[in-house]
Amino acid sequence: MAEPKPVLEMTGIVKEFPGVRALSGVDFRLFPGEIHALMGENGAGKSTLIKVLTGVYSLDSGTVTLDGKSVRIGSPLQAQQAGISTVYQEVNLCPNLSVAENIFIGREPTRFGRIQWKRMRQEAAELVDRLGLDIDVTAPLSSYPLAVQQLVAIVRSVGTGDSDGSGTGTKVLVLDEPTSSLDRDEVLELFRLMRQLRDEGVAILFVSHFLDQIYEICDRMTVLRNGALVGEHLVSELDQVGLIQLMIGKAMDQLEELHEHQLHADVGETLLKADGLGRVGGVAPFDLEIKKGEVLGLAGLLGSGRTELARLLFGADQPDSGKVTIGGKQVSMSAPNDAISAGVAFCSENRKTEGLVPELTVRENIILALQAARGWTRPIPAAQRDELVAKYIKALDIRPANPEARVGRLSGGNQQKVLLARWLITQPKLLILDEPTRGIDVGAKAEIQKLVVSLSEEGMAVLYIAAELEEVLRLSHTIGVLRDRKLVAQLANGPEITPTRILETIASGEHQ
Amino acid sequence: MTTTPRWRALTQHHLFWPVAVLVVLLLINVPFTPDFFSIKMTDGHLYGSLVSIVLFGSPLILVAVGMTLVIATGGIDLSVGAVVAITGALTCSYISDRSDQDALSGVFLAMGIGLVAAVVCGLWNGFLVARMGIQPIIATLIIMVAGRGVAQLITDGQIITINSEPYKLIGGGYWLTLPFSIFVVAAVVAVTVALTRRTALGLLVESVGGNAEASRLVGIRSRRIKIMVYVFCALCAGIAGLMISSNTSAADGNNAGLWIELDAILAVVIGGTSLLGGRFSIGGTVVGALVIQTLTTTIYTIGVPTQTNLVFKAAVVIVVCLLQSPKFRAKVFGARFGSGPGANGSGTSAATPADTTPTTAAAPKMEVS
Amino acid sequence: MSATTQTPKAKAPDSRTTSRGAQLLGDRRLPVLVTATLFIAMYIGGLSRYANYGFGEPQVFLNLFIDNGYLLVAAVGATFVILSGGIDLSVGSVIGFTTMLTAWLVEKQGLPILVVIPIALGVGAFGGFLMGYVIHNFEIQPFIVTLAGLFLFRGLCLVISKESIAIDDSSVSSMAQAQASLGMGFLSVGAIVALVVLAVAFYVLHYTRFGRRVYAIGGNEQSAMLMGLPQGGTKIAVYTVSGFCSALAGLLFTLYIQSGDPLHATGMELDAIAAVVIGGTLLTGGSGYVLGTLFGVLVLGLIKSIIQFEGTLSSWWTKIATGVLLCAFILIQRAMTTRRKT
Repeated sequence: MAEPKPVLEMTGIVKEFPGVRALSGVDFRLFPGEIHALMGENGAGKSTLIKVLTGVYSLDSGTVTLDGKSVRIGSPLQAQQAGISTVYQEVNLCPNLSVAENIFIGREPTRFGRIQWKRMRQEAAELVDRLGLDIDVTAPLSSYPLAVQQLVAIVRSVGTGDSDGSGTGTKVLVLDEPTSSLDRDEVLELFRLMRQLRDEGVAILFVSHFLDQIYEICDRMTVLRNGALVGEHLVSELDQVGLIQLMIGKAMDQLEELHEHQLHADVGETLLKADGLGRVGGVAPFDLEIKKGEVLGLAGLLGSGRTELARLLFGADQPDSGKVTIGGKQVSMSAPNDAISAGVAFCSENRKTEGLVPELTVRENIILALQAARGWTRPIPAAQRDELVAKYIKALDIRPANPEARVGRLSGGNQQKVLLARWLITQPKLLILDEPTRGIDVGAKAEIQKLVVSLSEEGMAVLYIAAELEEVLRLSHTIGVLRDRKLVAQLANGPEITPTRILETIASGEHQ
Repeated sequence: MTTTPRWRALTQHHLFWPVAVLVVLLLINVPFTPDFFSIKMTDGHLYGSLVSIVLFGSPLILVAVGMTLVIATGGIDLSVGAVVAITGALTCSYISDRSDQDALSGVFLAMGIGLVAAVVCGLWNGFLVARMGIQPIIATLIIMVAGRGVAQLITDGQIITINSEPYKLIGGGYWLTLPFSIFVVAAVVAVTVALTRRTALGLLVESVGGNAEASRLVGIRSRRIKIMVYVFCALCAGIAGLMISSNTSAADGNNAGLWIELDAILAVVIGGTSLLGGRFSIGGTVVGALVIQTLTTTIYTIGVPTQTNLVFKAAVVIVVCLLQSPKFRAKVFGARFGSGPGANGSGTSAATPADTTPTTAAAPKMEVS
Repeated sequence: MSATTQTPKAKAPDSRTTSRGAQLLGDRRLPVLVTATLFIAMYIGGLSRYANYGFGEPQVFLNLFIDNGYLLVAAVGATFVILSGGIDLSVGSVIGFTTMLTAWLVEKQGLPILVVIPIALGVGAFGGFLMGYVIHNFEIQPFIVTLAGLFLFRGLCLVISKESIAIDDSSVSSMAQAQASLGMGFLSVGAIVALVVLAVAFYVLHYTRFGRRVYAIGGNEQSAMLMGLPQGGTKIAVYTVSGFCSALAGLLFTLYIQSGDPLHATGMELDAIAAVVIGGTLLTGGSGYVLGTLFGVLVLGLIKSIIQFEGTLSSWWTKIATGVLLCAFILIQRAMTTRRKT
């Protein structure tokens, strides 16, 4: 069978942000009647590619061809009119309006400028019916759970161009992580709809962090890494181990070489114990133990539940099942305060939004956690404060070594060090580091890893999350493996634990 | 290059622009009133334009100082005008009921009652904002609307006049050759600076306003801080209420402190505190309030009809806000100045590259959520 | 709602039917119903208490519209802004300015009122347009931009004249005194204009794309943008509508009071906002009905009438009662929105 012509072709797509080349000459094609997965880890350029395609970003160079015609997509509206519709993870509809309106808003059927409500509801109901859904189109969208709202978003995107010819019907449907907070039944319903649309000839671009879902529903996949195309494969021709290798970007043997153990053996008694801790939509209930002086690494792909697990252990999200004991005492974990006073510290992966206060100085950011613990009435005496700050600026080599510098102006690596310093001066018992080495230069990376080793030698427990397997392997005594929002295995590190082994565990989701 | 580093450091100081505006405004007066800067001693009291600017600006400075902390947490307090009216009304009506209006104990008690009422208003605002999670504009609107009614209820719709020498001192009396209210303002400003900079309150307030989520994750109890800040703001408004009613020896539930919330917000903005919260400057606010008062005085002395005062104020609001808007800067001055408050100037600091790869891509993603 | 197995919706009814109270609380129309009920209860209360003083006269009821027509128009404008998620503090000042401008043009410049009306409306709408333009293009908070508008228009009042200007023009007074008889009573021109504005606003909000866009950007501005709606134009239009309505309210106020005064309608933006909120519109935008605003205005008007009938109660009780109602409705709204989120 001859390969059909692609409905969408993107060639040589380049997109730059100040200081960053998010996409460097990516090619991408999409065929009618297929479900196509776009795969890649953090910073691979998935979201940027999607946003270029849907007109949220304008591209710096490259061409987009739709149905053989070259198109320029300048805005989400133009994308929709060209036949490219998008459904995001956060449902971008108006919850205060009815389902029918959400489907039709912007192209309501009108006569002499008057909206024909009856006709709109009728058409909406027909559309919903045709797609095999059972939704009352007159009800407000907010009365439905997120999963249904997502389906409505798809219905909206499919319904383009119905009444007044402003659109041409959807040719390309982009689904950006629609499944991340759905349960199994909801996912099945979504898949049923996706298959129906595919059979009607729509090309669907599907982004999901759940490998099972990719292998269940997709026909073809494109893998990106660091803003470049790694390859396009039929799903049936690439197994999970192969896919993960492509995504993480190192061939097996290369990974093996990097892997060397330099772990100290002084692991003490149990510090933290989690029993059946879990959160719906976050991570499935898990048991976990962290010992004093132990580095527990978490391995798993982006979206596998690494961050969610860490947030539960810090009380940043409230667990809805299970309990946590720290040092023998049960901790309620209803707010970060509870965890902090029990000696837990958490460096978020989102330095800018969840970590630093960009307007404040390096000094102020460093003392913030300690000061919060002391309360506002007991300021840290200036001399002691300056001494502490100077000590950590020196110890972590924060540059510029000026405590008065505004933290927002520091480079990523230095911001990360400020965040580390903030928690280190509180002398925590357990330090949670969520991707501390993301987006920072190689030198700073090595320094942070060295620091983790020496902290654990001093008896601090560390929960270490990193996207790169070799980093986790090099540092951890124990490796927790996550897949599809589940802690699937906990492996004691040793000579027999190789990157291959971890990859296989992630790929199979089973403890071997 | 003729600009010395010292000059550059000076222009970059957060107080530079507010002070510069103030100085220019003051200088404008000189051609019209040559003895503008002179201060005369009459009957043991100092008189002069500068003294009266501070004297008439006192209530505004007080309210604006309290407002600064509220705005720094990312909030706003619209109820301060009503609190001014309530405090004045309660205090005056209590004093007027006394047989001996000059008795110190009675005056202190009256002031105490007024200030307690102010604190109650602050607690209510703080409760709605911090506990109930209601937007500050909406939460404080309630007392803004109802408060004046309450004040009129207290005064029975009358303007209560009193004749109490000790009470007169606060807003209209002299002490050590200077108006007593200047000392009150100085004391409140000093206490505020001490409270925020000698303790960790200032840091925690700026942190909550600067990044609420990061503050939560660092363990700051932002609810308590917000409630405190609203109470403090109301207390400042209460003291301003005492001052205003003392100055006129009367309580006017309808007009005391009218529009003062808007002037106070304006003073805070001119003083360089962003309405979005975060970094605040008490000194800047004081200068901002003085700018507003000087503007009023200047308009009066240079002979422009006083009624245009409000038009000037509107112009100031617009100019200040436009200058603070990154979008406006980008459009008017080009992209070089548009990227944020940090972007203008600062050739000195090590120009470190922005955060590399993924985080930058993640930042725009935030907007979509 | 029928429970079906096909879609995940099946889950919804279970959690929904658990509590009737919760279900009721989730209905967007609830606040309007509460306000309407409150109005009727207050009216019945007034009837039983002041029956001997003529409270039952139909004209007393109609006077609510006559005495509050201008407020209704202003509140309708504010409804547009608040539905879109913004706020307009300049309402009172624009009303005051319009009274001054009208009085000045008619009395001092001798222009016929029919020429003055379009000028006044144009100025108000243009003022609103400018504010909307600044809000949208420079991304400055509506609160602060309209605060500048408040100062500007109040200042312009005083620039025109510090003194009040009485209007003696015969065509104005004949217009002001014109009455439409309804058999049992009459309505003034102002009341009729207000009701027409209400009807037009209802039509625009519910039967035009523009109206639905107002709801959409109030519900979620980011979504509206991603759905391809022109949210910038809508925002500017909303403030233009509000400026227009304020100017129209100013004209009605001029008719009602037959003078221009630089201090007219001081603080009326608060009455307008209060009426909108009491009428059940969410201050965060996206939810509410212009019909609710009518009831909000009527409730405020009825409070004033009752206080007049009571005689011993003083006018400031209006403010206190307004504040208490405002508080109650804000808390109801809060309960509704938190429930919806979970």
